[in-house]
Amino acid sequence: MNEFFLRGPSLYNRLIIVLVVSMLAIVVESKVDQVKTFRAFLTSFVSPVQYLADMPGEVLNWSANRFASRQKMLEENDRLTTQLTLLNGELQRLALLKFENDNLRQLLAAPVKNDMYKIVAELMSIDNNPYSHQIVIDKGALNAVYPGQAVIDSTGIIGQIVEVGTANSRALLITDTSHAIPVRVGRTNFMSIAAGTGDYFELQLQHVPHSADVREGDLISSSGLGNVFPKGYPVGVVKTVISDESQPFKQVLVSPSANMGRLKFLLLLWPVDKKPEDAFSADELRNIQRSLNEGE
Amino acid sequence: MRANRSIIYLTILVALVLQIIPMPQGVDAYRPDWVLIILCYWGMALPKRVSVGVAAICGIILDLLYGTSLGVHSIALAIPIFIVNANCQKLRNQSMAQQIIAILLLSVVHHLCIYWVQYWVMSLEFRWSLFWPTLTTIILWPWIFWLLRKLRRQFNVA
Repeated sequence: MNEFFLRGPSLYNRLIIVLVVSMLAIVVESKVDQVKTFRAFLTSFVSPVQYLADMPGEVLNWSANRFASRQKMLEENDRLTTQLTLLNGELQRLALLKFENDNLRQLLAAPVKNDMYKIVAELMSIDNNPYSHQIVIDKGALNAVYPGQAVIDSTGIIGQIVEVGTANSRALLITDTSHAIPVRVGRTNFMSIAAGTGDYFELQLQHVPHSADVREGDLISSSGLGNVFPKGYPVGVVKTVISDESQPFKQVLVSPSANMGRLKFLLLLWPVDKKPEDAFSADELRNIQRSLNEGE
Repeated sequence: MRANRSIIYLTILVALVLQIIPMPQGVDAYRPDWVLIILCYWGMALPKRVSVGVAAICGIILDLLYGTSLGVHSIALAIPIFIVNANCQKLRNQSMAQQIIAILLLSVVHHLCIYWVQYWVMSLEFRWSLFWPTLTTIILWPWIFWLLRKLRRQFNVA
């Protein structure tokens, strides 16, 4: 057996075939939209590798939970109970305000805002690809996840779904360079677009005129324009404002309110007309809470 | 004696897992190119088994795992593995220091290919941090070389 002679095409031809096919694949993928479904199909094939890579962390988590001391659990329980009571107090006021707001909107003949449906998803892995900020979550087509869906966590907007597999899907973070989200400055209602900078802790408002009233510390929330992100979820806080008259626009940097480096539990949002079976609406959540409270 | 080839695929699978395993944010930029060095070793030791085709398939899997456009990593892996295949006899007879320099160049080529192809698809800023994995890769090479040679001899991979 002589191992220096290859069967089939020669080494040069092989390289040329691979290069041509790869370039074709790149071009086709950037032009044809249908490739997405094929890609999702292939992704389900490699998801076992993702699960394998996710396993050591899962095992650590599991053993940490398993061996957490009773004392620590009690402390955590205490903390969570306090938090729940506080939040419930706030919620009662919010329910009243919402009711009032709906009534006022009806009086004005403005459309009443609908609740969103939510499912809790868990982070599977963060991509280490330095060129794009993407995460993989553990909900997919089985849970009626769809491309373009908004993903938030308890602190603010995280990003949107770009690719749906069978049991997991991929989300693009708002800090990615290819992502931009329509936003509104809370204090002045100034509308703008916050584009990702490729830095996990920075967004940039685009095309802000020098006359615009934007200050450090202003809260930025989603404006609901573009119909991808629902209105009113926090995006970030204005970090620095540089107003250099020699530049065409003001430079406004925003630090995202969600910590993209420490994601764990996420919420997927569905508008009312796309409600999946196992999602909860805000009203249903309230009912569940009430029944829990009565049970105590 | 039957040649045992499953070891090759097993090591490649381990490399794929190591390539995407979650790491703390600061350390993440220094993640070695696991798949590249494993393929380099096999491409050098058994050019008949691991060639440009295997590298391209690994690249497609990496593209799927990373969410990059299909083809980016297959180009970036096929080119270094082609170089290794073409020079496998020279590489085998080189000293460790010379091999490390070769791996350094291959890793640089790999990262440049990824950058260049991605730049072609979407505009990107060039950063030197791109080459940090090269440092850990060359530190890792002697150990990987030793480990894989041991595995190859132990299991009689041919």
